[in-house]
Amino acid sequence: MTGSDKPALNSVASTSDVLIDVRDVHYAIDGRAIFDGINLQVRRGRITGIMGPSGTGKTTLLRLMTAQAFPDRGQVLAWGEDLETLSSKQVFAVRKRMGMLFQNGALLTDLDVFENVAFPVREHTDLPEPLLRTLVLTKLQAVGLRGAAELMPAELSGGMARRVALARAIVMDPELLIYDEPFVGLDPISRGMIVRLVRQMNEALGITSIVVSHDVLELASIAHESYLLSGGKVVAAGTPQELKDSSLDVVRQFMEGSAEGPVPFHYPAPDYLAQLLSVEDP
Amino acid sequence: MNAAMHDAPVTRNLRKLGAVAMFMCRLLAQCGPAFARPRLIVNQVYNAGARSLVIIMLSGLFVGMVLALQTFQLLQRFGSEEALGTAAALALLKELGPVITALLFAGRAGTSLTSEIGLMRATDQLTAMEMMAVDPLRYVAAPRFLGGVLTMPLLAAVFSVIGLYGAQLIGVHLMGVDRGSFWSQMQSAVGVNDVVEGVTKSAAFGFACSLIAVYEGYYAEPTAAGVGLATTRTVVASSVLILLLDYVLTACFL
Repeated sequence: MTGSDKPALNSVASTSDVLIDVRDVHYAIDGRAIFDGINLQVRRGRITGIMGPSGTGKTTLLRLMTAQAFPDRGQVLAWGEDLETLSSKQVFAVRKRMGMLFQNGALLTDLDVFENVAFPVREHTDLPEPLLRTLVLTKLQAVGLRGAAELMPAELSGGMARRVALARAIVMDPELLIYDEPFVGLDPISRGMIVRLVRQMNEALGITSIVVSHDVLELASIAHESYLLSGGKVVAAGTPQELKDSSLDVVRQFMEGSAEGPVPFHYPAPDYLAQLLSVEDP
Repeated sequence: MNAAMHDAPVTRNLRKLGAVAMFMCRLLAQCGPAFARPRLIVNQVYNAGARSLVIIMLSGLFVGMVLALQTFQLLQRFGSEEALGTAAALALLKELGPVITALLFAGRAGTSLTSEIGLMRATDQLTAMEMMAVDPLRYVAAPRFLGGVLTMPLLAAVFSVIGLYGAQLIGVHLMGVDRGSFWSQMQSAVGVNDVVEGVTKSAAFGFACSLIAVYEGYYAEPTAAGVGLATTRTVVASSVLILLLDYVLTACFL
């Protein structure tokens, strides 16, 4: 299920095969470098995982890929177009080809579940009401929440909210689905359900997916290839098996969840003993 | 961001003024398309207007009653108690109605607008709209802004009417002013210009309060403390701007 029948990551991908192309991107926030020349490609019809310790800029990378932010240097191409050169109208046109699942669902709190899923359809099309109803119910059925159509977002559990958000993300039949930390804070049943849904979306609908997560096991079970970010760079890339077999310290530390390794567990601090014995305020 | 933090206060305030002006232009550009969804505007008129009615009516009643008490005492010194209706009507229509309504609006509806939009920002709802290729300015900000602008003159009118009722209650029933004189003097002394002045003021206050409330919410830092601060800024900035605009508009109408 990890896509071993598909070409390996290091094989040459044709231009038309690449949906998102991140080229030598440098990006800093308030003078602090987040990315220091990263390169990665998201290929059509595949599930690409983006992993990395907390604070490595995974969500920032998604913002760059969706034109919510622009690199200080380098390019982010979506469907061959440099996002920074597009007008806001063209950016919206590119975004119509994407769907995004937010970490917290980001459902509109003043609309019920049905209207949340119907929202993008109402905004972008003039579908007659019976057709719209059928479409929305189909998507809700796909995520198992047709019966919750009349509930308000406040009445949903975290897992349900994320499934509704997934239904909303796929209602316009996007070519690319982006998942931002889809497994965080979910119980095992909901997590398993989301994993299955991500896989189904990819296999049944042929949707290209980007999954940002630090849940190694879940990601390894669905991703065709993954990139590991650390220190503003892509430190490793490959299939889950390739990452698992990697001899690089940083990859081993991340995959094994070890506190010891190149990624420090402790935030930089003065000497522990000296600080404890010091009479000054911390 | 960094540059803004190190700027002198004057430069920082000028920068913010420029940002508000640019936001206003973008917002006004989205007001036309927002009219295509009248339901959203009606919802906001209900939220900002109908839900503020009780506080506006209560305040109007007490302000009218106090106004009658104070004015009656003053007029009595000159033997002109019969002019109480005129004095109350002019004060309410031209000054107290628009100003107090706007201050109450900033405290009740303005804070609600800011915190609602700020929380939408903090919970990624605005970003989600952008990702669905829907401009949040058109869907969220413009209807709320228009709702506020349309609501304020209506609320000020309600405030003035209830205030007049309160003034009549005290003047006629408690102080013994002749009911006929109270209303007839008012009718003959209050002109259309006075009503226009009041409506213009309340529309201007509605514009300013709604703009500030929507701006502060839209650019609130997406944290609990950030939304709280934005809400406070809404009340402070709106109140000062209302009083400033009141002076400018009064001077213009003289």
